[in-house]
Amino acid sequence: MDKHFARSEMLPPLPPPLTERGVVKWLRENLFSTPFNIALTLFGILVLWWLVSTSLPWWLNSVWVADSLGQCRDIVAANAGEGATGACWASIHVWWGAFIFGFYPPEEWWRPILAFGLLFAALAPVLFAGQKRNLTLLLGVVAAFLLVTLWLAGTPTLAFLLAVALIAGLVGLAQVAPGRLLWFTLVYPALCFWLLWGGSIWSPLVAMAGFAVLYAVFRAASPLIGLSPAAGAGFVAAVLWWLYLDAPVAAALQSVLPLAIEAINSDQFGGFLLATVIGVTGISFSLPIGILLALGRQSDMLIVKTLSVGFIEFVRGVPLITLLFTASLLLQYFLPPGTNFDIILRVIILVTFFAAAYLAEVIRGGLAALPRGQYEAADALGLDYWRAQRLIILPQALKISIPAIVSTFIGLFKDTTLVSFVGLMDPLRGVTTILRADINWKGIYWEPYIFVGFIFFLICFGMSRYSMYLEKKLKTDHR
Amino acid sequence: MKKSVFFGALAATTLVAGLSSAGTVDDIKARGELICGSNTGLTGFGTPDASGNWTGFDVDLCRAIAAAVLGDATKVKFVPTTGETRFTALQSGEVDLLVRNSTWTASRDSELALDFVAVNYYDGQGFMVKKDLGVSSAKELDGATVCIQTGTTTELNLADFFKQNNISYQPVTVADDSEAQRQYLAGACDAYTTDASGLAASRATMPDAENHVILPEIISKEPLGPVVRHGDNNWGDVVRWTYYALLIAEEKGITAANVEEVLASTTDEEVKRLLGASGDMGVKFGLDNAAFKNAIMAGGNYGEIFARNIGEGTSINLARGLNALWTQGGLQYAPPFR
Repeated sequence: MDKHFARSEMLPPLPPPLTERGVVKWLRENLFSTPFNIALTLFGILVLWWLVSTSLPWWLNSVWVADSLGQCRDIVAANAGEGATGACWASIHVWWGAFIFGFYPPEEWWRPILAFGLLFAALAPVLFAGQKRNLTLLLGVVAAFLLVTLWLAGTPTLAFLLAVALIAGLVGLAQVAPGRLLWFTLVYPALCFWLLWGGSIWSPLVAMAGFAVLYAVFRAASPLIGLSPAAGAGFVAAVLWWLYLDAPVAAALQSVLPLAIEAINSDQFGGFLLATVIGVTGISFSLPIGILLALGRQSDMLIVKTLSVGFIEFVRGVPLITLLFTASLLLQYFLPPGTNFDIILRVIILVTFFAAAYLAEVIRGGLAALPRGQYEAADALGLDYWRAQRLIILPQALKISIPAIVSTFIGLFKDTTLVSFVGLMDPLRGVTTILRADINWKGIYWEPYIFVGFIFFLICFGMSRYSMYLEKKLKTDHR
Repeated sequence: MKKSVFFGALAATTLVAGLSSAGTVDDIKARGELICGSNTGLTGFGTPDASGNWTGFDVDLCRAIAAAVLGDATKVKFVPTTGETRFTALQSGEVDLLVRNSTWTASRDSELALDFVAVNYYDGQGFMVKKDLGVSSAKELDGATVCIQTGTTTELNLADFFKQNNISYQPVTVADDSEAQRQYLAGACDAYTTDASGLAASRATMPDAENHVILPEIISKEPLGPVVRHGDNNWGDVVRWTYYALLIAEEKGITAANVEEVLASTTDEEVKRLLGASGDMGVKFGLDNAAFKNAIMAGGNYGEIFARNIGEGTSINLARGLNALWTQGGLQYAPPFR
């Protein structure tokens, strides 16, 4: 009788062989798959080892509190033995005020801080349109940031209470009617200007009233003479307002109800305050100008097209440094002597033009990527030019161009460091040069670069992450 | 045709506008502020501290001039200028004068239409080497690697010096002083060359200053001084004589502290004229009669300014050398004040 062996229960599966699982598999597949990859891996490990072994002691021996570089060296020598190297972050510790605010008076630091916090409150409805949760979250973060920093900066009580009331109002508004927050975004430029430069509150208010004039004339005239002529008339009226009525009205209001905070000179701006002022203004004004230029370049109207092409090609054809030198030096020759045309303003205008020219080409790329059918569909619906652009063409074209637009913005923000060549105190070169000219810190090299680079990285990385978020949110194709 | 009319009108406007601002002194008085073109930051000569107050050897001269013209040494606005923008800033009228370590050369006087009105610091290019290199003269630097800042006159001087002495060198070009110091300390070059005052400041802050020597040879003349633009001689005179007033004050032993005392007790006619007690020398410059007294009171005489900012006893520790008064074997010599 044969005996049969029959297994009555299932064997548990064996684990895969050692070489086919876990870390070993990953290493084999990713690092040691071919002789070439093995060589590369070994080389990479060597480089990493060299980097870490040479710089680690420097990081570990960091000194945070000292009065001079010599003292730093003494502390390092005392802690780690003679001949050891160590980072001297004490230099940043002593000079951080100049790195962040330049020579903005310390008792007024609450003003740029408040302006910075409110910047995000103003951006919130633009960045997170229609998303109440994100909106509330961002405003909450802004509120927390402002409460802590304003308190630390020793804000005057009245200003502190006003700021708290303003933020509470904004958070409340976000709950009730998030759409209305855009109104705050519209007033923000005037508020920011007033906070940063100070002086009479009436001058920015009256300047903003120019836009109200523009809108009023446009609304009143458009039923009578049509959209485009009405826009032109509104523009002329606004320019007349700014040229002839602005200053007297502001002066009159100031004499009736004097409301002013201490005026701060442009030459006291510096560090990241300066970089942010130039960068943010440049970014927010270059986008609309860039869109108009891109549309102008595609226009059928000869003059509009020629002007747009001429502007774009001229500005893109010269380096930013040239434009900055033009702003700082050449303009002075053309203006009558004694004209005090603020240097930061001059630089902002030219940086904005520069970025606008690049953006125009980026957006033109987006426009060109749209299928012809979209334009024809807009025509077939009977939309006029502006409606077609606003409702059909631009939303798609801008969506396509988001990565390139954000890249231009990041480039613009980093380019703000070039203003050191015209004697402005940018954080990278301007403040660093001054720090190194201080006899206490002369000879310091890496620390300011690392500090400034780190902050630039944080800001640019933030912009880049936001652009990825936006792309994901707006993704409508079903690939 | 129309174009030429337009440009003609433009030129005429510019000319008229230029004429209307002929008097820099009047402009400064009307503005209530002297605008002084300064360095973006140079140790000992002109640099702001962490709260934005400017100090330094050049800065004190600006303050003295402000005191002479406006009677108040604090009414100065310092405009940082870079090596590229400094002369254009002066020509375009953005600053009233430059006091920022600029070397007086013939072409800057003629081609750039500038006036160097005085020399407040006689500098010269020198070399620094490590002691263990065993070199005691720059002529022994045959075959050495030399750290040198690009685009400066020092680069040309260096080439001339080595060519004249028929020896060779290898330049290691660097962008600025901090990089040069770093490269030199890291051993990328045997010698570092720049103005002697800059070498002294660099050496003072090195971790092992005693291991470095500045060689005795000075291979170039670098007379540094205040600069004004062509076309306003009176303003040039004001700057020049404010500077001379500081020199005379040192010569006569007048300091910021004892000026009132000297004024009360002196029998020296030149001192009386200088301090405005007799004659009307200040008025002749279009200033207040006490202008030069104010200038001296602002930051002391030339010697005091030197000692406070860069002299022996400060970290930079520069000897007076060529910048001693002529009575002590130096080059600083003021014409008679009469």
